Amino acid sequence: MNRNHRRTYVSSAGLGLMYVLTLLALIPLGLVLWFTIAKGLPSVIHPQFLFNSELPPCEPRCPIVSQAGIGHAIVGTGIMVGIASLIAIPVGVLGGIYLAEYRVAPWSNWVRLASDVLVGTPSIAIGLFAYAFLVVPFHHFSAFSGAVALAVLMLPIVTRTTEGAVALIPNGLRESGLALGLPRWRVSLQLVLPAAAPGVITGALLSVARAAGETAPLLFTAFGAHILEFDPSGPMQALPVTVFKYALLPYKSLQDQAWGAALVLIVMVLSINLISRWILRRHIALAGQL
Amino acid sequence: MAVRAEAKAGIVTSRPRDGFQWVVGIVASAVPALLLLIVLTLLQQAMPAIQHFGLAFVVNTDWNPVTENFGAAPAIFGTVFTAFLALALALPVGVAVAVVLAEPGHTTLRGFVGTGIELLAAIPSVVYGIWALYVLAPWSYEHIEVPISEHAGFIGWLGSPAVRGLFNASLVLAVMILPTLTAISRDVIKAVPRGLKENAVALGATWWETTWRVILPSARAGIFGATILALGRALGETIAVTMVIGNQYVIPQTIFQPAYTLASVIANEFTEATGTLYPAALIELGLVLILVTFVVNMLALLLVQSSTRDARRAV
Repeated sequence: MNRNHRRTYVSSAGLGLMYVLTLLALIPLGLVLWFTIAKGLPSVIHPQFLFNSELPPCEPRCPIVSQAGIGHAIVGTGIMVGIASLIAIPVGVLGGIYLAEYRVAPWSNWVRLASDVLVGTPSIAIGLFAYAFLVVPFHHFSAFSGAVALAVLMLPIVTRTTEGAVALIPNGLRESGLALGLPRWRVSLQLVLPAAAPGVITGALLSVARAAGETAPLLFTAFGAHILEFDPSGPMQALPVTVFKYALLPYKSLQDQAWGAALVLIVMVLSINLISRWILRRHIALAGQL
Repeated sequence: MAVRAEAKAGIVTSRPRDGFQWVVGIVASAVPALLLLIVLTLLQQAMPAIQHFGLAFVVNTDWNPVTENFGAAPAIFGTVFTAFLALALALPVGVAVAVVLAEPGHTTLRGFVGTGIELLAAIPSVVYGIWALYVLAPWSYEHIEVPISEHAGFIGWLGSPAVRGLFNASLVLAVMILPTLTAISRDVIKAVPRGLKENAVALGATWWETTWRVILPSARAGIFGATILALGRALGETIAVTMVIGNQYVIPQTIFQPAYTLASVIANEFTEATGTLYPAALIELGLVLILVTFVVNMLALLLVQSSTRDARRAV
């Protein structure tokens, strides 16, 4: 009996330990969010922070309300992620359809393996690749090369999530389409893809969020700029690059801007994430009703 | 084989090839083609350094742009050390969260924890970097590093604490790889056949005995795979590490001191590299990094796939 008491005690202690470690895992999330909000908010509450471009640092004597802003970085991130999405999402969706619809084809195993490896490839190496491929031949940094690097990052994510979403569609839908005499491309693109749309959109949004937060591939492709730029063939600023560069500079005013930019970035990325999650959940609820 | 394949979703065609399959197949080939192109491009760009230094590159500890003498050893050491230390810190926590998430019941709590962990994965690495630089590293210096070196500093490698260094880089890496570790371990633990657990409980095993002696051992291969996958992420992480590792191209004497990793050398120095040998040496660092992560990732994929497949077969 004594031994059984001890066993029960050990079991409860073990369960308690697991829950304590789980709480411990959530502490960093709370701390990161809290400090980003607390340190970033003083910059972000001034509307010009979101619209102005950078001004030179004003240390040691700063006006109480600085005129500096990160408008150029927000626009830059928007343009580059936009171009990257235009490249990566169509290719990734078609690739995902191939993987799901022709999963017995031997080649699809190689594509699957390659995309799993590409997901794990360090983003800095992808930046080096884009540099060698698109910066060296043209002899100058460009937002376009940055967008291509981001597209390479996004492609395997879109491919694999599309595959997952399309593979979930029951075969009955395909068979009824084929029985009506539809060619295979219409079955895949006009029946199966719309049915899988919520999952596909979720994957695309997740890849956009990932690309918006990446710094390493942009360092020597888009490089960064101090003014508002719309031309993708020249250097361009991006939000994560702003955070990275300003945070390491010895000026308090620029460090404050870095925290502000980090807050804008985190709000952007987390809201894209939560929206995609919401789309998926609604989809699952709908699928349950069918 | 054919019957099993047909049971899964997807078009099973009587004609083996149709036009649509060719078109989407060619588009999908962009992924393997890109992978090959990345490796070949880096190989070609690194060629001057590869030819000049040969195999000695990976053991040489010097990094001198003036004399153009470059070696990768300190960066390889820093990369491997931070990644393994981060794994050691994150593994117990990650497995505990996975066990909690894989348990039945408590759906509200579980949904909350699961969402929290996934948001942890969504936070950009530069945000971890600025947080680590201004919050985590000073805190860990004061409350972890200084006490440890005061009480255990007589052990050589636990002395001389520093705000930026190997240990603090590993700490932020541990936070960053936690979601990878948790998500895959949870799937693997969930894939453990229910019969095993029910048998253990029927024999009178407590919750802890069931988890520790039955579930975790049978999920071992998959958890190991998750660990290796997290290792791959840790090896390639750039920005957050660059901000807290201290950027000293040396093999440090203690675990708290500044060092460098492959990825952070590239991030810091590539835009300033002039001549032919200097950029080529940096790209060779990238090549070393990419090849190491390829091997690590392939190994991890094999382990995770085989363990979930075995579990499915056992059901």
